[in-house]
Amino acid sequence: MENSAGLLRELVAHLRQNRTQLREEWVRRIREAKLLTKMTDEEIFSEATSVYDNYVAVLETGSVEALQAYARDLSERIIPRGVETHEVLGIVLLLRDVLARSLFKKYQGDFELLSRVFDAYEPAANRIANTVGVSFVDQRERVIRQQQQAILELSTPVLQVRERLLILPIIGVIDTHRARQLTQQLLLGIRNNRAKVVVVDITGVPAIDSAVANHLVQTVEASRLMGASVIITGLSSEIAQTLVTIGVDLSKMNAVGDLQGGIEEAERLLGYRAAPAEETKAQAQQA
Amino acid sequence: MRVPILKQYDYLVASIQSVLSDEDLLLLRDDLTERVGQYRSKGVIIDVTVLDLVDSFATRTLRAIAHMLKLRGAETVIVGIQPEVAFAMVQLGLTLEGVGTALDLEEGLAYLKQPLKGNLRHAR
Repeated sequence: MENSAGLLRELVAHLRQNRTQLREEWVRRIREAKLLTKMTDEEIFSEATSVYDNYVAVLETGSVEALQAYARDLSERIIPRGVETHEVLGIVLLLRDVLARSLFKKYQGDFELLSRVFDAYEPAANRIANTVGVSFVDQRERVIRQQQQAILELSTPVLQVRERLLILPIIGVIDTHRARQLTQQLLLGIRNNRAKVVVVDITGVPAIDSAVANHLVQTVEASRLMGASVIITGLSSEIAQTLVTIGVDLSKMNAVGDLQGGIEEAERLLGYRAAPAEETKAQAQQA
Repeated sequence: MRVPILKQYDYLVASIQSVLSDEDLLLLRDDLTERVGQYRSKGVIIDVTVLDLVDSFATRTLRAIAHMLKLRGAETVIVGIQPEVAFAMVQLGLTLEGVGTALDLEEGLAYLKQPLKGNLRHAR
């Protein structure tokens, strides 16, 4: 154990000594492998310097915490730039390779020693690669989760446009999870607003599959059980074709061309009649 | 527990008070078909607000009641199905076809009072 710690110390000293040269070698290899193409050369060089120093520090102290924090911070900066997981793993593995080659060159005269140096170096290097990779993926997943949450919050407005009349404009792709949420919001909206008619507008939905179509049918049914009629508007020609082709039973759906038509139909069901102000005034005078 | 049935002018209101066993449902069916003739009612409201679960037997029985009452000359409307219940029902394929539905008691009365059988009637 002592021996291995001693070796690591020696190793760290070697890496410090050859910092400039090894770092440049590493950056050259990164470019050669066409990794991090979305970053400028200066950026690559400065990040490479930080990663190198952190790398050596981990070898020296055996503690990955600083590296972890740095990797998280780095990921936060480069994820929005479109850097991929394989690139991050690629550069860390390249550094590992560059350093291993340098060690090999230094100790090649003594295989016994070289083997012990690698015994000390390899586990530490693996841990570093692991830490950086996991930090990057964690960070990425965190971003994805945040975005999902944001989309979820944006996605289900249930709006009252008139007494007893709700509209539910749906925009974007509907997956099963979202479809379920939409239905729940709609049913709660019906109860809370005492709605009798709901216009579901899917103008902003690019495509629909049979699962979602069936879910729409279910939503219509469930609304009826709560005493509300549903009018679906804005079915695009693609969606209409899809629905007919996959044979969804649309006999229970009340569909109107666009949102305007849907609202007019809804008002008719509710007994409203839109008329110009002049006409209504004249009627009032007659009466 | 037997479901109380209240007479309200031309209508009967069966207000379910607690979870019903299958026997209770059959009893409700017998009571309603009996009373509709007795009071010469034009409409029946079945209030299921308190139910947080409506299974296939209950759905089938409610639908049967509606059809029987129709034959006895009265319109039926089920009121107070909760959002979660409605969703669970359609997922199980229990959709109460041919039976009128409304949000609550008030809406149910309005539904029955509509002179025209049209427009907002979503019974099929």
